[in-house]
Amino acid sequence: MNALRRHRALERIWAPRPGWRGKLTTVNNNDIGLMFLFLAVTFFVIGGILAMLIRAQLATPRSVFMEPGIYNQVFTMHGVIMMFLFAIPLFEGLTVYLLPKMLGTRDLAFPRLSAFGFWCYAFGGSLLIFSLLAGIAPDGGWFMYPPLSSTLGSPGINPDFWLLGITFVEISAISASVEIVVTVLLYRAPGMSLDKLPIFAWYMLVVAMMILTGFPPLILGSLLLELERAFGMPFFQADAGGDSILWQHLFWLFGHPEVYIIFLPAAGVVSTVLPVMARTTLLGYGWIVTAAISLGVLSFGIWVHHMYATGIPHMGLAFFSAASTLVAVPTGVQIFAWIGTLWKGRPEMHMPMLWILGFFATFVMGGLTGVMVAVVPFDWQAHDTYFVVAHLHYVLVGGFVFPMLAGLYYWLPHFTGRKRYFKLGTTAFWLVFLGFHGTFLLLHWAGLLGMRRRIDSIESGSGWELISLLASIGGFVMAIGFALVLIDVGVAVAVAVRGRRNPWRAGTLEWAMPAPSPSYNLASIPEVRSRNPLHDDPDLPVRIARGEGYLGDPASGLREILTVEIASGRPTSLVIFPTNTALPIVMAFVTGGIFVGMLIKAYWLVPLSLAGVAMLAIWWAWSLGSRKDQGLRPVGHGLVLPLASEVKRPPGWWGSLFLLLANGVFFGSLLFGYAFLWTVAPNWPPPAWLEPGLPGPLLALGGAALALGGIRLADRTLRRGTGPWLGLLAGLTGLAALGGAGVTVLTGTTPDAHAYDATLWVVAGYVVFHAALAGLMTVFLALRAAGGYLSSRRIGAARVVRLWTDYAVAAALLGLGAAWVPGVLT
Amino acid sequence: MLAGCAESLSTVHPEGPAAGAIATLWWVMLAGATAIFLFVMVLLLLAFRRGEGPSGPDADSRRERVWIQSLGLGFSITILAALTAYGLFVGERLRPRPGPDVVTVRAEGRQWQWSFGYADAPGRATEGILHIPAGRPVDVEITSSDVIHSFWVPRLAGKLDAIPGHVNVLRIEADAPGDYAGLGAEFNGRDYAKHRFTVRAHDETAWNAFLRGETP
Repeated sequence: MNALRRHRALERIWAPRPGWRGKLTTVNNNDIGLMFLFLAVTFFVIGGILAMLIRAQLATPRSVFMEPGIYNQVFTMHGVIMMFLFAIPLFEGLTVYLLPKMLGTRDLAFPRLSAFGFWCYAFGGSLLIFSLLAGIAPDGGWFMYPPLSSTLGSPGINPDFWLLGITFVEISAISASVEIVVTVLLYRAPGMSLDKLPIFAWYMLVVAMMILTGFPPLILGSLLLELERAFGMPFFQADAGGDSILWQHLFWLFGHPEVYIIFLPAAGVVSTVLPVMARTTLLGYGWIVTAAISLGVLSFGIWVHHMYATGIPHMGLAFFSAASTLVAVPTGVQIFAWIGTLWKGRPEMHMPMLWILGFFATFVMGGLTGVMVAVVPFDWQAHDTYFVVAHLHYVLVGGFVFPMLAGLYYWLPHFTGRKRYFKLGTTAFWLVFLGFHGTFLLLHWAGLLGMRRRIDSIESGSGWELISLLASIGGFVMAIGFALVLIDVGVAVAVAVRGRRNPWRAGTLEWAMPAPSPSYNLASIPEVRSRNPLHDDPDLPVRIARGEGYLGDPASGLREILTVEIASGRPTSLVIFPTNTALPIVMAFVTGGIFVGMLIKAYWLVPLSLAGVAMLAIWWAWSLGSRKDQGLRPVGHGLVLPLASEVKRPPGWWGSLFLLLANGVFFGSLLFGYAFLWTVAPNWPPPAWLEPGLPGPLLALGGAALALGGIRLADRTLRRGTGPWLGLLAGLTGLAALGGAGVTVLTGTTPDAHAYDATLWVVAGYVVFHAALAGLMTVFLALRAAGGYLSSRRIGAARVVRLWTDYAVAAALLGLGAAWVPGVLT
Repeated sequence: MLAGCAESLSTVHPEGPAAGAIATLWWVMLAGATAIFLFVMVLLLLAFRRGEGPSGPDADSRRERVWIQSLGLGFSITILAALTAYGLFVGERLRPRPGPDVVTVRAEGRQWQWSFGYADAPGRATEGILHIPAGRPVDVEITSSDVIHSFWVPRLAGKLDAIPGHVNVLRIEADAPGDYAGLGAEFNGRDYAKHRFTVRAHDETAWNAFLRGETP
């Protein structure tokens, strides 16, 4: 079989359906990645237009361009769109597109989940844009502090769009992160041990772990605030035992890691692009990996950084101030390692390098002002002024947008297969760079002169009119620059001439395929021996195309892909991927029913949609697997591997594990909120503590024992090749008992009476939900066993259910225990 | 007097000890940050003037020592440790501490007004103007009756939030008698831009007259 025929055969297997319908049913990482990128850029344009409206309003004193009600929506939505609908989805899209190629594999771990995430993002984002067009957009600032964002300050529907729309969008961040982690850990070219990972993959592994631990507090906060708004459960109302500060803790537990979640992918791009531009290799690979990991860990210790003015005791602030400055150390390590890399090599000036230099100049300043606002007394003055506005734009534009543009110009030949034609890029760079500093440099000073952020008009005689006017002019220059970038890229995509493969002579595997990349990415999977496989063997692309690697034979007609052992990169199993399906978009649409039902207060729609999602999920999981043991399969080079459905820990098990990590953080945040309200909130203790009684605890303990024992018994009988029925029945009974224990708490509390009752209600609701979920999975497992899909070899599904059962038991014991403790103590 | 003055809200034109200490902190940090910025930019630009350096594992480990261990770790940690210590020292000094001449007042924020009460004159309440004695430390007990606000008099001290259900205490002091502009400094809805107040610092005679209820 020659390269062209192999290409055609693989395209038939991996390509989406033709036409626009193909976009709705595709699960391929190339399509999903580009769709993410395209939509994120669209939101960037919308957010940019809002920024221009803000600058128009503030160009002159006492402007009546927009009245305050509209202005408040505009600045809120500018922040919301740029943070949630542009920055995160943009790097997700880049990662979805590039990561499998860099890792030397053919797709991400869970293709249908990629598509589901994208559609959740598209639908959730549409909700927010709809609210903007209808003039009922969120208007309380992007961080939505209650009571202003609760029923007291905002009786209208505006904040609900934020709470529900953003949570809907966050499904895509969580699902993309589960995928990224599992892909980096399991789906790589054989031989690519962890120390040979492309540096971008290390960064994205850290980022994905941060999303899994950083986003759940935000999702919890949104849920609690929506429950308060919809059903009067007073989590944030001081007179009923709630505390508005709880929101700030939950929000910034997400919000500060978020800053690094946005910065680290950009740092990953710099670490990838800069050495290539300097014709050398990255200085201090191990140091940089360590720096990225420590940044990820430290960023969770500094959320109070945003709450210096909330009256937390000074010694408490001292700890967070020290942590906040400490986080600058790994950043400093990266900056100096990059400059050292430039000294080591011979830097060349191309478009990517120009944007990287713009990044250095801007981001270093943003980092230095960041250290300033980490110093507590200074922050007491600078907080909530334009100093902070300027600082955060230096960090986010300098530290994210500029590196992403460097990445855009670096990978443009890879995306398009063309050379840039008109050289608009340089002009665009200077317009953006000078426009940016023209906008924001002097705004630091306006902040120190007392200009608060979020004011809708400036007064003459305030001393900052001229600064504000200059900022507006700079803003429009920057906007023209960004428009030129878009035109430049559009021209390159549409009409430029064909370029050669790998024009930068890079060493990573994404350049080892034709450009633009075929749907299957790699015609065969190469063996990797270093961090720069293309430098070891410049002929590698040809050998890959000739099918000289693994899985070079498309005869099976299936989407075949390899998993490897995490540390060593030794191949472990062969995975058959699902093909194009409308299931993800349908499931995202039905999921939307949950959010829309809450939004328009049609609460009947919520359980209906949940049932729909459950049914679709069963369909989703049902379509995988096989009714007979397949044994070992040849994958090329004489190697034989088992199918992933016949190993004990299939990729779905790993996906569940990391999803449960996020879930556990969510639950941990809930228990933190409970403890926080108990110890800090005013108007405690509540009028009465819940009395545990006897039936609840007995149900919980008995149920826990039955559930744990049952699924283990089922597992053991399955491995012996006999029916798992007794174990599954015991497990199901146990889970039902756990649910019953949760229900005793639900019926014993009045959720709108006091924050204590409301919290217990949510804790118990969480327990019941997870017992029901694990129960549903047990039923599914029984059906699969009856259908012949399980055997002593095909046991992975049972292991997944065991994981979820164990989690449900742990959550029930911990949550119900916490609910009953005060009643026992008093 | 307030409206026409370009410095009326300026943190870098302090009129009290707290704002003064923070303004000094700012100028020190600005000087340090400028020096570091220029240092990094010079290192960056010098990379473009040199030919290719020596290569090989020995050269790389020497580079790691210079760039990562000395500059990335050593330099960063030294600067940051010094700055953190300085910031904590300033912050400790600004804390409200008990003393014989401390005056206590109360500030309550609501959409979009401020009302004030006085421990030394129970029953006395003012709207929009907070009266204090000049030259004496004043503890402001800050709270809110609706949403979150923030109490900020830029020329006297930093800001502190007014949070429903909580009372936060901020130490302010004005060096000289006069009017100082104050702001609600946490976004609180429609009329946020107009959420302002005035702090009026009196000399000793006028303060006593105020407490006796002889002046409005």
